[in-house]
Amino acid sequence: MNQEHLHSQYKAIVIGGSAGSFQVISAILQALPEKFPIPIIMCLHRLKHVRTGFVEALNIKSAKVIEEPEDKESIRRGGIYLAPANYHLAVELGNTFTMSTEEMVNNSRPAIDITFQTAAYVFRNKLIGVLLSGANKDGAIGMKYIHERGGITLIQDPAECLIDTMPKAALDITSVDYTYKTNQIINFLLTLHKQYVA
Amino acid sequence: MQEIEIADLRKITEIIQSSHDYDFTNYAMSSFKRRIQRVIELYKLSSVDALVKRLEADQNFFKEFLSEITVNVTEMFRDPTFWRELRDDIIPNILLNNDTFSIWHAGCSSGEEVFSIAILLKEMGILDRVKIVATDIDHVILYRARQGMYSMKNMELNGKNYIQFQGKSSLTDYYREEGGKAIMNKDLVENVEFREHNLVIGDPFSKFDLVLCRNVMIYFNQTLQNQVLKLFHASMHKYAYLAIGAKESLIWCEIANKFIVVNNEEKIYKKIKD
Ligand SMILES: C[S@@+](CC[C@H](N)C(=O)[O-])C[C@H]1O[C@@H](n2cnc3c(N)ncnc32)[C@H](O)[C@@H]1O
Repeated sequence: MNQEHLHSQYKAIVIGGSAGSFQVISAILQALPEKFPIPIIMCLHRLKHVRTGFVEALNIKSAKVIEEPEDKESIRRGGIYLAPANYHLAVELGNTFTMSTEEMVNNSRPAIDITFQTAAYVFRNKLIGVLLSGANKDGAIGMKYIHERGGITLIQDPAECLIDTMPKAALDITSVDYTYKTNQIINFLLTLHKQYVA
Repeated sequence: MQEIEIADLRKITEIIQSSHDYDFTNYAMSSFKRRIQRVIELYKLSSVDALVKRLEADQNFFKEFLSEITVNVTEMFRDPTFWRELRDDIIPNILLNNDTFSIWHAGCSSGEEVFSIAILLKEMGILDRVKIVATDIDHVILYRARQGMYSMKNMELNGKNYIQFQGKSSLTDYYREEGGKAIMNKDLVENVEFREHNLVIGDPFSKFDLVLCRNVMIYFNQTLQNQVLKLFHASMHKYAYLAIGAKESLIWCEIANKFIVVNNEEKIYKKIKD
């Protein structure tokens, strides 16, 4: 891991993936220490008309509380957020969330590109973008934008992915700082955490 | 295309205000910016300045712009549990004290939710006892709402929602199919008054027993949300109900203490203080 990357004070981590990333996400959330300070904002493709169940399932596996934010809610230190079904989740200047029911993007609502792009706009180089396994190219443009704004880009190793279209699409159009397997992603976050506690 | 900066958005809102007397300054920045981006692409404009020029010069373009800038995505019976709650709890409660009552449907878009509420009331056997006023800022979309014609493609989802709502019959009983369109039964909206109304500058025009405003205020910033909540408060009888979208909240608003939460899951509030 790049030392410079390690010593930055991050405002948020955004994670994108499809419903198939559930296992990886829960492994990551499970491994996170309770006091992990950097807000995590997750946008995962999910069934549009199933409002409940997803966040509950994630919560069962994690010591931390994962929530679907409400419109204009403030992004808290240590908060873990999941984009709700059938809404786009955007980050707004002033460190709050904004929901939107706009048209689908890449056939998805929530769309990863929207969450990533708005987060990159607000957090600039204080953002880490993580793109996991997934079946379409949603998130690639978002990763490109994160990179252009000086943030860090990390993808799940396509070799480990169930469906690697998503991380590969990012690789095609932007430079990626880290290509990691699940356990390496976890180590990355734990190393960051030590840095914050120190 | 160049990144749209905040200064650009300001230029756009200023020209809209000075040339057309609409105020978008307190729309949520992130979604407003994407809508502007979309319009620039849609009309193949070369830059923000080109958009500003066009807005300044072209009155007809502004009408189209207004219609494109607003997000009109909607469904019938979106969040079926919400509509069940209305039918099983909220409306029976209103009926305890009123034989007839009134509903303001603010931000009704193309009318899918207006037909939803009309069907719901019809199945309760009280449609003729309810006065509904449905409003939106966007006159183009209001025209579509009045027409009550929807693409058959969308009816599949609407039908699924209706089944989950556990309606009394089948959604197909409320429309006929013609040329790939579902044409809604007009008698459903006989008592509905559709009219243009802008929540940003609009004054209270009547008092209602139920205000529906779902997925509209998410496009506003907190300043404007506060202001619009005051407008709703002034437009509601004491003990009237207000319903907002599933992922919205009023609890942090300045006058939140004049309301109580009736159902937090479905985001239904009741006015308890004048
Ligand atoms: C996403 S639609 C909501 C439709 C429906 N209530 C639903 O939840 O499915 C938002 C609507 O709000 C309208 N709107 C936006 N700004 C408004 C304003 N200032 N005054 C009135 N309506 C507005 C838009 O034109 C659009 O039709």
